[in-house]
Amino acid sequence: MPAWLTRQQALIDFTLASLARRKLKNLGLLLVYTLIVFLLASVMLFGHALRREAAAVLKDSPEVIIQRMVAGRHDLIPPGYLDRLGHIRGVQSQQGRLWGYYYDPVVKANYTVMVPGPDAASPVATGRVVVGAAMARARGLAPGNLISLRAYSGRLFSFTVADVLDHDSELVSADLVLMTEADFRAFFEITAGHYTDIVLSVANPQEVRNVAAKISAALPDSRPILRDEVLRTYESVFNWREGIVLVLLAGALLAFAIFAWEKASGLSAEEKREIGILKAIGWETGDVLKMKFWEGALVSLTAFLLGYVAAYLHVFHFASALFEPVLKGWAVLYPRFELTPAVDGLQVATLFFFTVFPYTVATTVPIWRAAITDPDAAMRG
Amino acid sequence: MIELLNVRKAYNQGRSNEFWALDGIDLVVERGRMTAFRGPSGSGKTTLLTLVGCLARPTSGRVRLDGRDISGLPERFLTQIRRRTFGFVFQQFNLIQGLSARDNIMLPAYPLGGDGRALRERAEELLVALRLGHRGDARVEWLSGGEQQRVAIARALINDPEVVIADEPTANLDSALAREFLAIVEGLKDQGKTILLSSHDPLVTEAGMVDRVHSLRDGRLVTAG
Amino acid sequence: MLFQPAIIALLLASGTGLALLAAAAPFAWELIRRWDIASGSERQLRLERRTYLMSTLLTLVFASQLLALLLFVFNADRMAVMFVGAMCAVGALNVDPFGFPALASQIAVFFLAAIWLVINHVDSRASDYPLVRVKYALLLAILPVVALTFTLQLEYFLNLRADVITSCCGSLFSSEARSLGGDAAALPARPAMVLFYGTLAAAVATALVHVRSGRAAWLVAGSAAAAFVAALAGIVSFVSLYVYEHPHHHCPFCILKPDYDYQGYWLYLPLFTAAAAGLAVGALRPFAGIPSLAGILPAISRRLAWFAAGGFTACAAVATFMVLRSRLILIGG
Repeated sequence: MPAWLTRQQALIDFTLASLARRKLKNLGLLLVYTLIVFLLASVMLFGHALRREAAAVLKDSPEVIIQRMVAGRHDLIPPGYLDRLGHIRGVQSQQGRLWGYYYDPVVKANYTVMVPGPDAASPVATGRVVVGAAMARARGLAPGNLISLRAYSGRLFSFTVADVLDHDSELVSADLVLMTEADFRAFFEITAGHYTDIVLSVANPQEVRNVAAKISAALPDSRPILRDEVLRTYESVFNWREGIVLVLLAGALLAFAIFAWEKASGLSAEEKREIGILKAIGWETGDVLKMKFWEGALVSLTAFLLGYVAAYLHVFHFASALFEPVLKGWAVLYPRFELTPAVDGLQVATLFFFTVFPYTVATTVPIWRAAITDPDAAMRG
Repeated sequence: MIELLNVRKAYNQGRSNEFWALDGIDLVVERGRMTAFRGPSGSGKTTLLTLVGCLARPTSGRVRLDGRDISGLPERFLTQIRRRTFGFVFQQFNLIQGLSARDNIMLPAYPLGGDGRALRERAEELLVALRLGHRGDARVEWLSGGEQQRVAIARALINDPEVVIADEPTANLDSALAREFLAIVEGLKDQGKTILLSSHDPLVTEAGMVDRVHSLRDGRLVTAG
Repeated sequence: MLFQPAIIALLLASGTGLALLAAAAPFAWELIRRWDIASGSERQLRLERRTYLMSTLLTLVFASQLLALLLFVFNADRMAVMFVGAMCAVGALNVDPFGFPALASQIAVFFLAAIWLVINHVDSRASDYPLVRVKYALLLAILPVVALTFTLQLEYFLNLRADVITSCCGSLFSSEARSLGGDAAALPARPAMVLFYGTLAAAVATALVHVRSGRAAWLVAGSAAAAFVAALAGIVSFVSLYVYEHPHHHCPFCILKPDYDYQGYWLYLPLFTAAAAGLAVGALRPFAGIPSLAGILPAISRRLAWFAAGGFTACAAVATFMVLRSRLILIGG
């Protein structure tokens, strides 16, 4: 082994031994450090998982959604609009959609009522509905049960629950009710030919913006919404929320840096004496710095690993119990969902900059101050 | 081998409590000899040993080691010379608590980055030579005063230095242990090592194996015996 | 401004780095003025001790800058989703006029920092610290560049609006664009290849000459700089095409993406290392005459030249491997 390697090895050995000799002090630091990493990592893992979830859901959604605007408000699509879109070049298929909201006074929550598309994974039959998991929980529904809903018109409708949607993407499907087109039109009293909105699929992704421009020209009272725009909005909204939480945590981060500074500069008389001895018996300032560097690296690495693993468990196995209310939506029907575990290099690098970097900066000067102890101090002391 | 030319050393330079610990020392230390410095406390014995042993730099004047001027060397290079040339035994022993005797002995070798196994073997040899073979794994705070002294000597020898420097080595020892210490040091001298001692213990300064005794007062050499 | 973790982290890193350097500047100035190695005065001892702090701080700052460079590109790529028309880092960097200057400035800091660390290394091995003044003068010279980088980054991030329409890499690096990137892409594949392999070979050759004879240090630095530029041009104009297997996709950043198995790192890491080492050989040249460095500097200079030769060779080899493995045929056939 080259000399510098054995030297580092010896320094690490000594560092481990001296860390072990001061267990209590170091455990306190490790605990606070781990907590900081845990907090920040939880925020980041959670935000990242939400973004991925949203992106995964949107991946299968249509490229363009067209809404009709009346007096600046979203209105029903009148008959004839669908046909007029068929003539725009680049549009692969178009389809009218029916969906709406229903307030259920029983559980005091809003449902999203939808007619599944023709190629939907869970087709429904007349008189039957498929419901989201959160709603099923709220009303205690299981497949085969009967559910009665009073329409806005005052009429009472009964449906059989055909199925409950699985948990995979509960974030968006928690409050969903799927029914047939006929049932939907009857329930909300929407006459044939009218739709809530229209979805288009465009074959060439580069053409989407052109198609949108043509739609705006052909149907001036319509508003095309592009999938990419929704994705972008989600991305920046989630990033923004994550950023806000991080800034709120900046206070904690600063406190941590001060704490680390305190710990590093408040060397006990015992430690000072030790460094003096090391210098007297032949250690150089650089060697002491290196030893302290290894100490910091070991503490940081341990705290980083522990904090990250704890955050991972927190987010992906314990459903982010600590701050779900901050980052998720505000619906009454609270989604209970397991995020798909995802670790991301950018995120780990960012987290590193938020934790290890401030720690290192905060401890550098105190460490240096300890390391420059006069070598002859041991003799004069 | 070690020459001091008009060496002065100040503390708190430029401040009101400025104080010259050494004030114009000229001295030659010969190889293979045992030299003792005596004088009242505050006379500059310890400061002189720190300058000779490359623990500190003189404020002015020259220090030559084997003809090479080392007085202007930065700490990094001074340390490199020091850890190969000098071994130190301190008055308070200055062992690191919580570590075993063996670990304490090996400490000065860590920054050199030598082979780990050879180092452990060497530590073992020293433990045996200084009758500490059975105490190698004991933490130093559990050792007796004499044993601690011997650990400190072993530590001074781990890098096989040419010169052993001992500052008030017998201050914390009773007469029997002090004699034992002198016997060990005599053995080192017989191996060809240069020995430098500071002491006001007549047991040391008047011992037969001491070749030269220098007296210090107020930072100056007053006699050369 | 976009308020997101990676951006905050980047600004935190470069802001802290700048603050540390700025705080070190007065000490650097004092060192330059008062340094006197022959003196044993307490002030000199204090100055010497301070050099340890300075080296440590600078190593820390420069290490974080290197990481920040990676994070910057990485983050730019990730942000692309948020800008209409931006498909990768190029689009994201083009959202406002400060993106590419910020990147260039960050790269400049990287090279200056590498050179500083090399000089520091050499200096700390000579017992009279002959380069102390040079080192700290250089530090004062680097400070404005770090400040510039920070300002550019801040401007870049402050000007980001998630809805600005930007050109994506398809348009910046397509042959019609009249920017620097466009020029490199417009270079037809064959001359680009000649330039790429030619300059890399020249850089390796001069580095090897330096390893053998210890001469031609300036040439090593010059050819390393040329090879760095030529290699980037080569990556834009033909290597990337082979990686993407697409005759018009010239982006130099997409090869860093997981979609392409992070292949770019295999190109860029040796390239940056080699260029830094080559530049450092030239940076050491003016000090070769200092007596106390006579036994130290040539060995280090040669080792650096080895690094440069090895890095450029590795870069060329990786590029060749990418070209040979690709199913795209650009030339002949």
